[in-house]
Amino acid sequence: MLEIKDISIRFDGFSLEDVSLSLEPGDYLALLGVSGAGKTVLLEVLAGLVKPAKGSIIWNGRDITHYRIQHRPVGLVYQDLCLFPHMNVFLNIAYALKTRKVPAPELDKKVKSLATETGAGQLLSRYPGTLSGGEAQRVALARTLAAEPEILLLDEPLANLDVKLKSDLRGLLRQINRSGKTMIHVTHDFMEAATLANKVAVIENGRLAQFGTPDQVFRHPRSEFVARFSGIKNIFPCQVEEFPGKEGLKNAVLNRKVSISFMSPESANRGFVMIPQEDILLSEHPLESSAINQFQGTLREGYLSGSGMEVVVEAGIELVASVSRPSFEKLSLAPGKKVWLNFKASAVRFLAE
Amino acid sequence: MLQNRRLSLVFMFLGGLVLLFIIAPLAGMFLKTSLPQYAQTAADPVVIRSIRLTLLSSLAGTLIFGVGAIPLAYVLARKEFFLKGLVNGIVDLPVVIPHSAAGIAILGIVSRGTWLGKAGEAAGITFVGGVAGIVLAMAFVSIPFLINAARDGFAAVPEKLEKAALNLGASPWRVFFTVSLPLAKRSILSGLVMMWARGLSEFGAVVIIAYHPMITPVLIWERFTSFGLAYARPVAALFVMVCLAVFVVMRILSKNHLHVRN
Repeated sequence: MLEIKDISIRFDGFSLEDVSLSLEPGDYLALLGVSGAGKTVLLEVLAGLVKPAKGSIIWNGRDITHYRIQHRPVGLVYQDLCLFPHMNVFLNIAYALKTRKVPAPELDKKVKSLATETGAGQLLSRYPGTLSGGEAQRVALARTLAAEPEILLLDEPLANLDVKLKSDLRGLLRQINRSGKTMIHVTHDFMEAATLANKVAVIENGRLAQFGTPDQVFRHPRSEFVARFSGIKNIFPCQVEEFPGKEGLKNAVLNRKVSISFMSPESANRGFVMIPQEDILLSEHPLESSAINQFQGTLREGYLSGSGMEVVVEAGIELVASVSRPSFEKLSLAPGKKVWLNFKASAVRFLAE
Repeated sequence: MLQNRRLSLVFMFLGGLVLLFIIAPLAGMFLKTSLPQYAQTAADPVVIRSIRLTLLSSLAGTLIFGVGAIPLAYVLARKEFFLKGLVNGIVDLPVVIPHSAAGIAILGIVSRGTWLGKAGEAAGITFVGGVAGIVLAMAFVSIPFLINAARDGFAAVPEKLEKAALNLGASPWRVFFTVSLPLAKRSILSGLVMMWARGLSEFGAVVIIAYHPMITPVLIWERFTSFGLAYARPVAALFVMVCLAVFVVMRILSKNHLHVRN
């Protein structure tokens, strides 16, 4: 079990404050945050490249906070990979094995097996400067795995790769994780986190904004920042009004002109409402349904998003809704068209200010 | 465009003058020496002995002091410490002080009355009037070339690569010998060649510590003061040719050796 307790560190103009979280062996944690939030620094603290001012790192009951870099059970794949430019791929992968004085025949076998496993089998005689981004990433993974780390740290491993390579590497990372390796993966892409990790931590300005399973974090964000990070586009500041006599049902007034009904036990009178775009139903006419919130608006634009479409509708506020391509075509959606937006009060999430 | 051309012409003219300033005296020396004079000098055992002594003494100084200079360069490139600026200044001292003064300074620590002189004598090493003194004097004046080149070389190696190697379980020693040193090798070899070349040309410091056995710069001085320019010139021309040949060969070898594969 990996326990990160109250890790703090301060640089000029940047700090990591009291970051605490714990992982079970075999967990895949995605560390999410914008650039400069402190994700990479946390990885560097775990790898021992940076000394924390406060806090501790416990791995399986051992306090490894002050272990030297080379004695930690941690392997780090840097964002810029840091392959040794004067060694070919074989020697790069063999580096950790040579350090452990693995006998030559076994070393040869192990390097080839790791290279095959990571899809770098054809690259053994090549030098890092001649490799493409995806090839270099595979070699860096193989090289780190050769050190047999108990915890694998990955700093933006899928950045700057094309869609096909990303998909291939995602498969490889899943495969490595399935072998029981504990993994921590720094990314700023919530989709990457959602598709790979079983735990998610969101870092905001050096603080842990939220930590939990992807479902907990993405479906129940605890702050506006996390909500925006989890891909929710409909987030609005609001004033809250009570519905006299309607237990639990409240009214959020947005921009002083649009009212949205929602359910929340919170008693705050100011905050944010969030409406996940996939929970908004589009129709040409008002619907007879359980959806309390119904607005008519004008479609401003539609664009491709993932495997479907997203449309922006002006209805006093700008709301984004997800639709499938067949629905987009069926409703003949086009800029200027009048549509109805329908969503349930229970789909609206409220965050007290 | 026209102004650019004019600027280029002016710069080429001024640069040409500087090149001429370097080439003309050397060319004059080579051209004024006849082939029979070259042959006679090359057959002179005193000259041959002194050239061999000069080449080997400088090489010995470079190799012996390189063992300490390279780690010092690494420390200067990688570590921050109190008075680092002063240490950098000390490294450059031999370049800025007059070399005769350097000779006097070295003589002060290796003469027979000093503990180093006594220790040397006890171990059978003669500094004053001996090869060991020549090696010391040559190394003293030329060591900044190696330290500065190696320091720049180490500084150019991304520290992340060293940390990546540590993260792969390597000890700091292994990281130094397998990552830092190979990646700074080009600069270090260049520094070694420069240190060796600078040592060859040393006269002022060596002549104070060891007039005999005679290194070539001292022999040239001796022939010039005893017999005149005509006797000194063939030795100087031959020595310069040997030095240039060895220098060019070492440069080519080090370049081929360090050919960047990617």
